[in-house]
Amino acid sequence: MEMDKLTFGITMLVCGMGGTLLTLWIISLIMEALGRIFPCQPGEGES
Amino acid sequence: MLEAIINGAAGLTVGFQQLFTDWSNPLMILIGGVLLWLAIKKDCEPLLLIPIGFGCILVNIPLSEVMMEEGFLRTIYDAGINTELFPLLIFIGIGAMTDFGPLLARPSMLLLGAAGQFGIFITLLLALALGFPHLEAVAIGVIGACDGPTAIYVASQYAPQLLAAVSVAAYSYMALVPIIQPPIMRLMTTKKERETTMQYTARPVSKTTKLLFPLVITILGGLIAPKGLPLLGTIMLGNFMRETGVVARLTKASENEIANVVTLLLGLSIGASMSGPAFLKAQTLLIMGLGLLAICLDTVFGLLFGKLMRLATGGKVNPLIGAAGISAFPMAARVVQREGQKYNKRNFLLMHAMGANAGGQVGSVIAAAVMLSVLAGMGII
Repeated sequence: MEMDKLTFGITMLVCGMGGTLLTLWIISLIMEALGRIFPCQPGEGES
Repeated sequence: MLEAIINGAAGLTVGFQQLFTDWSNPLMILIGGVLLWLAIKKDCEPLLLIPIGFGCILVNIPLSEVMMEEGFLRTIYDAGINTELFPLLIFIGIGAMTDFGPLLARPSMLLLGAAGQFGIFITLLLALALGFPHLEAVAIGVIGACDGPTAIYVASQYAPQLLAAVSVAAYSYMALVPIIQPPIMRLMTTKKERETTMQYTARPVSKTTKLLFPLVITILGGLIAPKGLPLLGTIMLGNFMRETGVVARLTKASENEIANVVTLLLGLSIGASMSGPAFLKAQTLLIMGLGLLAICLDTVFGLLFGKLMRLATGGKVNPLIGAAGISAFPMAARVVQREGQKYNKRNFLLMHAMGANAGGQVGSVIAAAVMLSVLAGMGII
């Protein structure tokens, strides 16, 4: 049975947008941590 | 003999006779001409609009066999669009061209890239409300990713009948970002907010971090959204090659030769899908309208998130940078810089906006990947 449009739309909004925000937030935390674990060495210098 | 000559000569006029029997043919040839004009005179995405416009003309010449079985455009279309290869090859090139340094210097900018994807999901809801079936609504929503290859990838896979309208909308609005965004930016922010100066201190990013970034996105993104792994994997492969610095030949080929050849073939294929009966529908106008709305909503939500960041930082953030959280790279960042300087000559938002813009590029791919995996989870695909 095909899912009704309201259920489908709300699920996409909640899981899709929620999933996107969550994934990008986790990635930003990991990259922040990696930036601290592997700081730029003298001589590397590029931003 | 005379009859044979007459018949032979008549064969040369069949095209003209057919031209006006179906009004969609001359109209679509005209539309193809408009696309060429926009590319040449207005500099709107010429690399794509030239092949798209020409492909559109080719396919709408009466009795044209270019999209018939074994026609040359059909062969290209089947090889690159049906197989999804073209958008993925373009993505390798985009990854190879993009410097994620400004984003890695401030990873929190990824959140602006996430906010810039709201338009996808709101537009999806609107498309459903307007009566589009589930997967067509998904393909229309993805125009809001403001990312041509992503839109083509999703539309060709799940709503191929909408491919022409979706891709023309996606590329047209990407080119129109400098026209679409500024009025929304002025409407959504106060003069005081627009004048806010943001200090930029260069934060060097180590090579190790730059190398790990594409790997983290690929592995983590792939685990969360395996359905979108081709999208994530290809853009990150291109970027990884760039950052290693040891495969300069492959990187250069990806960002030049491969990207150029595929852009030509991709454009021709999209143009070839613009046959009159498939394109000239009220539905196409509706899709174009929804696509425009999607990009406006992306900008609105990006700006709102910028305001939220301003609030959280005690007024240190200029919310205009939120408008750069879309995938139109680096166009959206330049628009932010220009708008910021209009209100404060000492305002240099470019590097902050570049971070948000790179975040938007990653965000659009992640949003599409997440969307596909949610669809798979629901058993829709």
